[in-house]
Amino acid sequence: MTDYSTIDFSELAALTDDEVVTHSYVRDIPLSSGRTLALVTLDNGRDHTRPNTFGPASLLELGATYDALADRAAKGEIHAVATTGKPFILAAGADLSKIAEIPTRDIAKKMAQLGHHVLGKQATLGVPSFVFINGLALGGGVELPLNADYRTVDSSAAALALPEVFLGLIPGWGGTYLLPNLIGIENALKVIIENPLKQNRTLKAQDAFDLGIADRIFSPVNFLEDSIRFADGVLSGTEKVVRKNAPGKLERIAKWDIAIKIARDTVASRLGTIPKSPYAALDLLKAAKNGTKEECFALEDDALADLIAGDQLQASIYAFNLVQKRAKRPAGAPDKALAKKVTKVGVLGAGYMASQFALLFLRRLQVPVVITDLDQARVDKGIGYIHDEIQKLADKGRIGSDEANRLRALVTGTTDKADFADCDWVIEAVFEELGIKQDVFAEVEQYISPEAVLATNTSSLSVEQIGAKLKNPERLVGFHFFTPVAVMPLIEVVKTPHTDDATLSTAMVTAAKLRKNAVITADTPGFVVNRVLAKLLGEAMYAVDRGTPFSVVDEAMAPLGLPMAPSALLDLVGLKVGAHVLDTHHAAFPDRFYRSENLHELAEYGTLLEKDSKGKVKGFDKGALKIVAGGTEPMQAEEILVRLQDGLADEVHRMLEDDVVAAAEDIDLCMILGAGFPFQMGGLTPYLDRVGASERAFGSTFHDPRIVGVGA
Amino acid sequence: MAERADVVFVDGVRTPFGRAGEKGMYWNTRADDLVVKAIVGLLERNTSLPKDRIDEVAIAATTQQGDQGLTLGRTAALLAGLPTTVPGYAIERMCAGAMTAVTTSGSGIAFGQYDVVIAGGVEHMGRHPMGEGVDPNPRFLSEKLVAADALNMGNTAERLHDRFPSLTKERADRFGMLSQQKVAAAYASGDIQPDLVPVSLRSDAGWGLATEDEGMRPNTTMEGLASLKTPFRPHGRVTAGNASPLTDGATASILASSAAAKELGLQTKMRMVSFGFAGVEPEVMGIGPIPSTERALKNAGLSIEDIGLFELNEAFAVQVLSFLDHFGIADEDPRVNKWGGAIAIGHPLAASGVRLMIQLARQFEQHPEVRYGLTAMCVGLGQGGSVIWENPHHKKYGKGR
Repeated sequence: MTDYSTIDFSELAALTDDEVVTHSYVRDIPLSSGRTLALVTLDNGRDHTRPNTFGPASLLELGATYDALADRAAKGEIHAVATTGKPFILAAGADLSKIAEIPTRDIAKKMAQLGHHVLGKQATLGVPSFVFINGLALGGGVELPLNADYRTVDSSAAALALPEVFLGLIPGWGGTYLLPNLIGIENALKVIIENPLKQNRTLKAQDAFDLGIADRIFSPVNFLEDSIRFADGVLSGTEKVVRKNAPGKLERIAKWDIAIKIARDTVASRLGTIPKSPYAALDLLKAAKNGTKEECFALEDDALADLIAGDQLQASIYAFNLVQKRAKRPAGAPDKALAKKVTKVGVLGAGYMASQFALLFLRRLQVPVVITDLDQARVDKGIGYIHDEIQKLADKGRIGSDEANRLRALVTGTTDKADFADCDWVIEAVFEELGIKQDVFAEVEQYISPEAVLATNTSSLSVEQIGAKLKNPERLVGFHFFTPVAVMPLIEVVKTPHTDDATLSTAMVTAAKLRKNAVITADTPGFVVNRVLAKLLGEAMYAVDRGTPFSVVDEAMAPLGLPMAPSALLDLVGLKVGAHVLDTHHAAFPDRFYRSENLHELAEYGTLLEKDSKGKVKGFDKGALKIVAGGTEPMQAEEILVRLQDGLADEVHRMLEDDVVAAAEDIDLCMILGAGFPFQMGGLTPYLDRVGASERAFGSTFHDPRIVGVGA
Repeated sequence: MAERADVVFVDGVRTPFGRAGEKGMYWNTRADDLVVKAIVGLLERNTSLPKDRIDEVAIAATTQQGDQGLTLGRTAALLAGLPTTVPGYAIERMCAGAMTAVTTSGSGIAFGQYDVVIAGGVEHMGRHPMGEGVDPNPRFLSEKLVAADALNMGNTAERLHDRFPSLTKERADRFGMLSQQKVAAAYASGDIQPDLVPVSLRSDAGWGLATEDEGMRPNTTMEGLASLKTPFRPHGRVTAGNASPLTDGATASILASSAAAKELGLQTKMRMVSFGFAGVEPEVMGIGPIPSTERALKNAGLSIEDIGLFELNEAFAVQVLSFLDHFGIADEDPRVNKWGGAIAIGHPLAASGVRLMIQLARQFEQHPEVRYGLTAMCVGLGQGGSVIWENPHHKKYGKGR
């Protein structure tokens, strides 16, 4: 058992230099019963845009505050201790910037221990402890209340979550032990494993109350007053707390291990076995079944120390900063003031993709949107689809009926491109063929103003060539979405040699209004995401065509930690599209990109994976395997992996040399947002540095220093 | 068709009153939040009242700007979680704002147009100092419609001393000291606290909770009072010790027709008998309650002898004393301000009227032998307001004269 009080935490003080310290202030609150409650307010003195966080200095101050209150409790001066936050914020957990700076595993472990030591003091104050969750509570901000005896939550709290697993950490200040023992193993798995892996989903206050994380939920108008009254009631015995989700003996015997196993299988099937943090969390949750608090806290200390010292956390923090910071200030974006106003949008095409664009522009810009196609029947079908989708949103309660009426009234269809005359943004989603795109833009250019922006959603053609027939090519920009359009957060904004700053700025501002992250790329084949994926799929097909079984290829590429194996990726994008993507890249870079005749045959055949009636993959289709069976020089997994790593490092290096994007960070940002590349690999380039591929391919690294952990 | 209805005071609460200004406990608390917390606290202890049965929310404030602006009754209703179907409005008669909210919305009940209303007021004198943003018409002075100092309440109090030489500084100081002592005694016996709604507060030292009035000075002595400055005149008579302090606070009450109260299971703490408002010369605004009370008595068919309890707002001691002298009541008459008044508790202008009613209602409970009580107050620019109430605990309640 760890006696935290004997640990010397002074080494952590070195990490406190520029810490934004969350102070803990105390005021005595007279209760109507005549007792006194000491109310601790956590406040870093900044507004709500800089939430309270727990760096070492913040924790040490809170620890000293709790110690002083324990003394006062012993003297009978106070009868309860409650902790709450500044307006809108309880705490957003550990200070990630501090975690990233931890120099050794030993200090990482002390950081874990300090959290346990301080938050755990709430259990030894000598009087009941409360946390009034008045607002946002993330990570350690949830573990703070978990370590208290009682909790209330403000019904308007923006979010509660334990997002650690999403970031390559574990809830290591008591979360993995206290939460399942408070709300049951299945609920705890939902909060600790399932939600973080669902795009980092968070709990609303009502969810947290329903799960049993909080004992009471109060409305914001009188949250603190009601919470204080509740505390008084608990002290007086008039408020009873029943925790219906707390696990009993039966749950421990019958449910616990099974729930862990199911969760483990789900994680393995969705993420593979490369990411460490979900499995570390699962191990801890399993130990929480019968372990004592002291034992489990010690296990958390070690697990947290291992993860903090490891490579994946550093890569995760790198990725987190890309998504949180770099994505919001895109590299190379011209002044926003140059952007032209978009007051009416034209969509060339009325097919599935075009209709999705129209819907997105309608919802986000709330301006008139006109769609067009070759004949009225296609236009009507597009409008019908859009109206149906609006109705679905209304039925789900996502928009009200006034809003639905507004959106329906804003969208119109036409077969006459003259109706595009007053559009200031026209985007095309017609067939992916150069001549067709050139003609459709040239045609519409007759009607629109010379300043109107033209955007193409091409994924494989040269944007510059698409504009070859334009009188004003400077207003053309690539605007490459990823499907499903409503969900995927990335747009590659493609700048041709002619694109002017006003057009580029309009594209960036419009992307932001669509609530997408935009990355500016040069007009080179495949831009970023498709070029990297084409390299990857090309390498996979190369190995297959040499005679390597598909399953071996999938296995060989698993260490990249990608969200899906190459075979599954091919299945998702479609074999035809896959073959086409390989062809276009091979045509552009014949020396480096592989094209596969077998893939064309597979596309002709139509099936690669064998699935059950629910769409679950059972294995490879036998006919498909026959088609690719001709190879005679099967490769070893190791060989495939190294060839892939080196090939990717070389390709990304070339992309940077050619200024396809501003920096390696933008490649990673694109791969994370556009292709779901994992946080714990930092996308792609930190991984390529780490495995030596960068050195092998171009004698250097993408990042200096490399993004790696401090190691054990 | 509408029928005349009896108007009853169902219940009232208030926030603890805070000292105005940067050092005051409500410096970081919005005015609208204060009145919203009062309304919420009021509804929480009257659970049998369905929120959608509230027909009007009338909230007063003197300075209707910023967090006291924007049709305060409506915004407060929304912020307090009342259904959107409940209407509301803002009301303004300086110090008699909440009193006017009660009489005006109460009149609507009497005329059969409302069943249940909320009436109250708020004044955050720290965030909205007296006279903030005022733009008096120059004609007031050029045509000598009012004296130059009529807009300064302290000067109007000094004028009362001029007009009634028998109202000495010593009498005013004694009245002030007794007010402090009576409030302290009322707190000690727990008469004030039950109608206070605690309010959370934010300070540099973290969150706190307001549970009692901030401005009380129970240790006030005559010697101490004698040494205070007279800010309005050199060697004047009005001091911080015989005047109400600048205050932040809010009040809220429920009024109902007696039929609705019965239907909804609401208590009756008082019945509104009559009211009166009257104007006087602005430069002696403190005597306003004299004609307004005479009017209310006339409306009720009562005489001053019928009044068993007085809750008079202590804007200034001299101004209450002028009222007592007029009606031949002794300075220390036990019927008057039994639990002290605004000199000790504070006077958040437009909120104070309902505080008088809250205290009178509780005194009625303790004094079933008293049949009628009076709440009265002076108003800036020369007005007075008075409301006469009947005690439901009196044996003759509801049985006519």
